[in-house]
Amino acid sequence: MTQYIDFFNSQRQKIEADCASLVNSFREKAFETFRKEGFPAFPSEDYRHTDVTNCLKADYGFYLDRSTIKIDPRRTFHCNLPHLNSYGYFLINGYFYEEAAKNPLPGGVFAGSLNRFAEQYPDVFLKYYNRQANEKGNGLTAFNTAFVQDGYVLYVPENRLIDKPLQLTNLFVGTIDALANRRILIILEAGAQAKLLICDHTAEENTAFAGTQVSEVYVGENAVFDLYELEESSKKNVRLSHLFIRQETSSTVMLNGITLSNGITRNNCYVDLNGEHAEIHLNGMAIADDRQQIDNFTLVQHHVPNGRSKELFKYVLDENAIGAFDGRIIVAPNAQKTEAYQNNRNLLSSNACRMYSKPQLEIFADDVKCSHGMTTGQLDENALFYLRSRGIPEAEAILLLKFAFTADVLQQIRIESLKDRLKLLVEKRFRGEEIRCQACI
Amino acid sequence: MLVIKDLHASINGREILKGLSLQVNAGEVHAIMGPNGSGKSTLSAVLVGNPAFEVTSGAVTFEGQNLLELSPEQRSCLGLFLSFQYPVEIPGVSMVNFMRTAVNEHRKCKGENPLNAGEFLKLMREKQSIVELDKGLVNRSVNEGFSGGEKKRNEIFQMAMLDPKLAILDETDSGLDIDALRIVANGVNQLKRPDKASIVITHYQRLLDYIRPDVVHVLYNGQIIKTGGPELALELEEKGYDWLK
Repeated sequence: MTQYIDFFNSQRQKIEADCASLVNSFREKAFETFRKEGFPAFPSEDYRHTDVTNCLKADYGFYLDRSTIKIDPRRTFHCNLPHLNSYGYFLINGYFYEEAAKNPLPGGVFAGSLNRFAEQYPDVFLKYYNRQANEKGNGLTAFNTAFVQDGYVLYVPENRLIDKPLQLTNLFVGTIDALANRRILIILEAGAQAKLLICDHTAEENTAFAGTQVSEVYVGENAVFDLYELEESSKKNVRLSHLFIRQETSSTVMLNGITLSNGITRNNCYVDLNGEHAEIHLNGMAIADDRQQIDNFTLVQHHVPNGRSKELFKYVLDENAIGAFDGRIIVAPNAQKTEAYQNNRNLLSSNACRMYSKPQLEIFADDVKCSHGMTTGQLDENALFYLRSRGIPEAEAILLLKFAFTADVLQQIRIESLKDRLKLLVEKRFRGEEIRCQACI
Repeated sequence: MLVIKDLHASINGREILKGLSLQVNAGEVHAIMGPNGSGKSTLSAVLVGNPAFEVTSGAVTFEGQNLLELSPEQRSCLGLFLSFQYPVEIPGVSMVNFMRTAVNEHRKCKGENPLNAGEFLKLMREKQSIVELDKGLVNRSVNEGFSGGEKKRNEIFQMAMLDPKLAILDETDSGLDIDALRIVANGVNQLKRPDKASIVITHYQRLLDYIRPDVVHVLYNGQIIKTGGPELALELEEKGYDWLK
């Protein structure tokens, strides 16, 4: 970590040069926090299976000057979701890709660069930026705040509805091993509605990319927000993500994090249900083989009565893959009538893959409905035989069963075209077919 | 069609079949009866290649082919079908997808092109009516939440879809009320043809009132101890099995 401290001290001017002054105004304090706390300790209670220091140990380059990245993603990048009718955006090595909007967004809605947002909406920016990350984050989120140079903001003012889904593609390009620090800020004011898909892609198989991503989501009263995160990166990729969600009264959030291919991934998700009758569906799915690692950590806090949270995480592991799921739910003493359900199901297809699951419920209220369940096992031999006895070859039967295992996670996606496309991608993934990019957009 | 010679089979090291021999010819319906634990279900499981059972000695040929060296899916494509005593529930796999995959695998084995969606749906509607299977069921996951009777009807539906040469019905009558039994038996009878055969495994004479067997065997302690005509089933119903031991 000393390499990053030295780097910050010597390169601070360059880091700040291209950024909005408001974004820069958070660096000093964050850097101090990072210097004091460092990266999350390993192994420790919450970081038992992902060693962040080790993940960021390599000599990664920084793209401090965005003008050195010359790429037109509309020409070079082919996404896997060609038929998704959406508003599209790119973060390339962490920088927002500015282009003339093809379709104007509904009035008052902002979707674009973090720096531009800070300049155009300084009051809104200051009200929300780094608030959750500072309260609930750690040395790694402070690191992101200190080093971040750009990111993406979606701001939907009161009662605005966005007619189509938005799609943000995080793209890593270049032949130099690189680290990018992204920031995502999502604000839905009261009564607003939006659906956002965030895809992670790497353009090069042989370049090692590392990304830290801090996302802060604010969902106002009665607002409805869908967030789908899809990772299709490469085996040399490191993804360290923190997602903070704060929900007000009667708001609804649908979250679905899907890891189709990756290297090492750690996703932290913190949910605060701050208003009564707020509801969150927190889903995740991971498919991993080779030496891939996927570590999902979730913390859902019911602070007030009548909240509802429903978690479902499924893993399909093969070869030497490692999966981890850490799910914590805290129900505060006054949060009566809370409903909190957590479910983690894991399918292991080899003797060498490993799954670590840790469900934790801390319930301090006495009138609640809460449950958690975890199973880790192999494919059902009886089901496999049943399919084979009808003439379906073993490999095909295994595929059908694996696919069936993931069906209930995919079923919850509320963008039909995305759901259909993902079913196909998951099937291809299980077949071991190249899922990278047929022509699209 | 099917020739079994001196078949020995075990599960978890415990021998269940102890030298069973049986011959089934095209056009015949054989009933296998016997008390609990005699090896009836083991026989059906071994014939379709359930990997939980180990064949320790003996030979089984199906239309001249050595059945024992074939995988379950190969046996199915050759025309063997087992109606399971306990059909398995498979959440997440739809009946439509399951049957389309199975039917097209069978066609592939025969060198035929896969059915397109329209042809497949037509075939499915036609076969559904044979067992009076509720239309909604085929849109659900395989056997998930089906009642006992629906599961058994679903087995016969699959049999109709795959059109096997030799069908083995393992206690298809158990747990069925009289109406369901009639529907199932009716389905089986509709599928009867001179070039096909079936083995009906049952505890009771009741099913044999509907599906008339040509030959009745009594299986006891892993061996066939008596073989006779349809009248044997009636005798067993009356006297039980004790007089044979």
